[in-house]
Amino acid sequence: MVNKIWWKILSFLLLVYTIVAGFLLPVPRLNILNETIRNLYFHVCMWMGMMVLFAISFYHSVKYLRHQNFRSDIASSSYAALGSFFGILGYATGFLWVNVTWVTDQGQSIGSVLKEPKLIGAAIALLIYGAYFVLRGSFTDIDKRARVSAVYNIFAFAMLFPSIWIIPRLVGSLHPGAPGSDSGNPALDRTDLDSTMRMIFYPAIIGWTLLGVWIATLKIRLELIKNKNIINE
Amino acid sequence: MISSFDEFYYFALMNQQTLALLKKDILLEFRQKHTFYGILLYIAATIFVIYLSLPESPDAQIWNSLFWVIQLFVCVNAVAKSFLQESKGRMLYFYSIANPAQFIFGKLIFNVLLMLLMSLISLCLFFVFLDNPLSNVFQFAGIVILGGMGISLVFTLMSAIAAKAQQNAALIAILGFPVILPQLLLLMKLSKVAFGEVFREGALFQLAGLTLLMDILVIVLAVILFPFLWKD
Repeated sequence: MVNKIWWKILSFLLLVYTIVAGFLLPVPRLNILNETIRNLYFHVCMWMGMMVLFAISFYHSVKYLRHQNFRSDIASSSYAALGSFFGILGYATGFLWVNVTWVTDQGQSIGSVLKEPKLIGAAIALLIYGAYFVLRGSFTDIDKRARVSAVYNIFAFAMLFPSIWIIPRLVGSLHPGAPGSDSGNPALDRTDLDSTMRMIFYPAIIGWTLLGVWIATLKIRLELIKNKNIINE
Repeated sequence: MISSFDEFYYFALMNQQTLALLKKDILLEFRQKHTFYGILLYIAATIFVIYLSLPESPDAQIWNSLFWVIQLFVCVNAVAKSFLQESKGRMLYFYSIANPAQFIFGKLIFNVLLMLLMSLISLCLFFVFLDNPLSNVFQFAGIVILGGMGISLVFTLMSAIAAKAQQNAALIAILGFPVILPQLLLLMKLSKVAFGEVFREGALFQLAGLTLLMDILVIVLAVILFPFLWKD
């Protein structure tokens, strides 16, 4: 499937649709949020895309440990890099959103924004994958690097996900759907969302995620060319 | 029939060899007392510095977070050496006499024991230097045992990973901190119960059970993943 072209076209079409419809179609007028609600199509999708990319990276790490194929190592590190990039983009889009909602209109201090459970979750994810790249950098032996970093990737991923599910239920949140607000589910609740917005939001998630996978495959191909002399197949 | 007997024998042997490896670690700790006293001194010095730097005895919140942060650093220091101290030749020797599950089990048990001892000592020192804001000491001691276990399990595996890399001592902290963070938040939340905070019905056992589940997850992952770190 990865080598086919249809999903790249699909990704392109979905993103064109996301941007055009996302900026032009009507959205509910909510207090404080106002037009910034359109950021949902970008900010939340980064988060989803990050999780999917990390999951693919995890899958390739498992595959590496099973078959010791150098390609899986390259794939796993490329997907991890793309996942981190999406995480940073998620922070960037979130930062813009924070600036015009929580900070200015709700009067939240920077301290309370930074203690936001979902920010903690994203920070943990970024720290873990930062550590993953530091670990990779500290090896000179390629096989050893691939093996040890795959072990860390699997361990960290398995520890990361329970924590992403636990922490939001532990700490009060500013994000919608937190304990204390009207809906009880600290994850995403689909009944919260307006139906027109859902029509754009779901395709947007798929589009952005596919774009992430696309960029990662390009990165993998580049790495494979760079390491052509090591791979003998 | 024979194969099931073999499996049984294998597991019996596994326990025996795990115990032998554990005994070796404990003996080594007794023979090289300087490392053990080194950690003790580290705990005492850290808590003394906190005692001097705070104007008076801290309130419960600060006491709690200071305690857990100290636990984290003590664990990094106590557990870090567990794989770093093994020379290449010795690892090769272990490789020839034991299987990886036995080896990692021995290490995990030893580090848990070491960490429990250190946690309880630092708890006593906290009482001496920084007063006792707890309303239920035994409950807190129980949480400390639970938490010490979890932290030492994670850092044992991190130490095994870092031992494979070059600049290892600093790497343990980098690798371990983000992974342990959720558990640490959980423990800080959980330990509030010992300060007299009232929890929702059943929430206490839920949190404690969750911590225990995370520990089991770490043990399972360690047993699955360690064989890949082991062979060189």
